[in-house]
Amino acid sequence: MRYLTDRKRAEGKGASRTGTEHHWSMQLSGVGLAFLVPTFIYIFGHALGSDAAAAQAMFARPFTAILTGLVLVVSMRHFARGAAMMIEDYWRGTARKMALIFVISLSWAVSAAGLFALAEIAL
Amino acid sequence: MATETRTIRPLSPHIQIYRWQIPMLTSIITRITGNALAVSAVLVVWWLLALASGPDAYALANSVITSWFGDIVMVLSAWGLWYHYLAGLRHLYYDAGKGLDIPTAEKLGLAVIAGSVVLTVLTVIIV
Repeated sequence: MRYLTDRKRAEGKGASRTGTEHHWSMQLSGVGLAFLVPTFIYIFGHALGSDAAAAQAMFARPFTAILTGLVLVVSMRHFARGAAMMIEDYWRGTARKMALIFVISLSWAVSAAGLFALAEIAL
Repeated sequence: MATETRTIRPLSPHIQIYRWQIPMLTSIITRITGNALAVSAVLVVWWLLALASGPDAYALANSVITSWFGDIVMVLSAWGLWYHYLAGLRHLYYDAGKGLDIPTAEKLGLAVIAGSVVLTVLTVIIV
């Protein structure tokens, strides 16, 4: 005889109830990045390889600093949720939780480090 | 009532025995490029931090990123970014309920692959 009821066995195996919100946030950040990224590639590509003073002057400009800040934060949110999708497809249990914690922490660390650098350069 | 009934459910096709096709290939590359771009993001932020820390740190970061190895990584990053970019646009088109029939989906997949290569070459030329 099984002591677990049907209801107990079914619990936690249904929909997460957050899928729509997750999908919408990926669309939202994706469209935002579609506008931001080409300009960023152009600016960053030109700054690469230039001397420190020129690169510093370029990233101290408000337009460049704001654009780079937006690209960093929006792309890291997009990455955290996209990587979470992959992790949830391939891992379960503790491994899944650890991988999710790692990816979300990494995304915040990269955002924070990038914003600190931008503030240091621009101010 | 509490007995568990198990039904044999069909398993999703396993990639080893499933014939490769354009929509499947382009979807998998979207996931790989998206996650691999995290490496590019870390490199870009490292470069920015070095720029903020002073000339010595910047000289090191700049020499690594513009070395032959750095160039390969940056060109691959540009390709990954453009690929993910076009595939993302394709996703938005799919989400609008369009382009889901097989001939159109295959054409879109080829367009994403070709477009990403063209845009990468253009990026290398312009930047």
